[in-house]
Amino acid sequence: MWSKSIQSQSPCQLATAVLLNPIMTELIQTHNLGRHFGDIKAVDGISFGAGRGEVLGFLGPNGAGKSTTMKLLTGFLSPSFGTATVAGFDIVEQSRDVRRCLGYLPENAPLYGEMEVAAFLKFVCEIRKIEASRRKAAIDTVIERAGLSGVLHQKIETLSKGYRRRVGLAQALVHDPEILILDEPTDGLDPNQKHDVRELILALAKDKCILLSTHILEEVEEVCSRIVIISRGKIVADGTADELRTRTASHGVVKMRLSGAQADSVDRELSEVPGVKEVAAQRVGDEVAVLVTPTGGDFSVHNLVEAVISKQCRIRDLSVERGHLDEVFRAITETVDFSGRP
Amino acid sequence: MVDFANIGAVCRREFSSYFATPLAVIFLCVFLVLNGFFTFELGRFYEIGQADLSSFFVWHPWLYLFIVPAISMRLWAEERKTGTIELLFTFPVSLFEAMAGKFLAAWAFLGIALLLTLPIVFTAYYLGDPDGGVIVASYCGSFLLAGSCLSIGIAVSAATNNQVIAFVISTSICLLLTLLGYDPIVQALHKVFPPVFMEQLTNLSFPFHFEAIRRGVLDVRDVFYFLSIIFLGLFSGAIILDKVKAQ
Repeated sequence: MWSKSIQSQSPCQLATAVLLNPIMTELIQTHNLGRHFGDIKAVDGISFGAGRGEVLGFLGPNGAGKSTTMKLLTGFLSPSFGTATVAGFDIVEQSRDVRRCLGYLPENAPLYGEMEVAAFLKFVCEIRKIEASRRKAAIDTVIERAGLSGVLHQKIETLSKGYRRRVGLAQALVHDPEILILDEPTDGLDPNQKHDVRELILALAKDKCILLSTHILEEVEEVCSRIVIISRGKIVADGTADELRTRTASHGVVKMRLSGAQADSVDRELSEVPGVKEVAAQRVGDEVAVLVTPTGGDFSVHNLVEAVISKQCRIRDLSVERGHLDEVFRAITETVDFSGRP
Repeated sequence: MVDFANIGAVCRREFSSYFATPLAVIFLCVFLVLNGFFTFELGRFYEIGQADLSSFFVWHPWLYLFIVPAISMRLWAEERKTGTIELLFTFPVSLFEAMAGKFLAAWAFLGIALLLTLPIVFTAYYLGDPDGGVIVASYCGSFLLAGSCLSIGIAVSAATNNQVIAFVISTSICLLLTLLGYDPIVQALHKVFPPVFMEQLTNLSFPFHFEAIRRGVLDVRDVFYFLSIIFLGLFSGAIILDKVKAQ
């Protein structure tokens, strides 16, 4: 509880110096990090890293351990086991330095409701040690970024949910941190507000490391450069949206609509194309709908098309299934039971 | 290593939040009205015919029983309820700094309440020639007593997210510490416990030390008693907070 951090003039500059070291490129790095609440394994040994320019999306069902992981990284909770570093600082031993270097938007964006927006931002500047001379510039910048100029002298509790979320984002940004941790930044907002927040995140993404949690799949696809899926406190998938989609059963399936005299017998020809696992053909009106499931490996759409043309069929339509994130999400997380985990 | 700038920032924020609503003004009015009632009605300030403020200060331990927990109950319980505790402790602030900042804000507020009772001093001077040293010592004692009740209240407030529970428990603890020095109770307990034990027990009570200061003797031991209660309250509050903040 008493701060044990190593005092230095500017810990974030120190962290940047550490970053120049090629071995340490990740701004967030966890090793087998875990937190148990009694018998409940909220976070059960997770390891991942995230670097500058990356927007890492934490995806998972409610109670999967997303928020707990974020609370561990921001120093609000201490881990039961494992370690993690943020900007090169240990989250337990150098908690205060960690907290200096990151901006955090907690779930539901809790704020001091009785304060006016301007007074609240001034308080954040004080507690974040932004010198009085730079304070006005810092506040002006976040006010512009978060679009708060119209509500500066309103009490926070009188603001709409969208504005309150923006105030939450503004307080996380006021010291221009390298690392941003956002717990469900768009939860409970209307579509326009969601869009605004995503635009803001994308604008910030270039020179920062952003970790955000969500359970909205379209959001992940829109803003995240990488996705980590968490279920029951463990990481069950880690990759880009495209990589994760390849896990879908329907990934790579070629759908065609063919016409021509020999269309009905084309399936035998197609099943001999290298890499084809299964061919299903069905006549629909004057066309034949064909579904080709590849095994992967040496399959190519080019060979498939050549085989079709050699049978003098006409291709009316052709599409390659990319797969669906929600299918992947359900497939790897739906084993979660409803035992009332927090 | 304690960062005093952080204590200041937390303290200023907390202090200004009192005046964000009319509640602070209402509180000050209630405090002054109750003080007047106790002094003039129950303490019979005029009838006693002495130019001193003992009939004013003698009620303070009883007054603080209810007044101070009303201030302290929200200090942490509200932060826990609204979730701002997560915001506060993910700022680069230590538990003790936040604790001390909040305590100082509430203590300063109680100090203002106490300063607003100064007209009664002028009244005493108008009516006679009271001992100024005794009055100064009594004010110091009263302020220390308020701080002690406050530090107990802030520790209790850290333990719950329900303000009503915080109020009731803090009042109970302060009542216990007050009754241990209240003569009728002390005499009853003397029949049960051996004198050596009773002496220690009375030593722990608020009135034992407050009365000593109120007589005009600002003894180091009494001041030390109040300061150690304050430190103990803040320290145990910080430990409680560390355990429960995540729940």
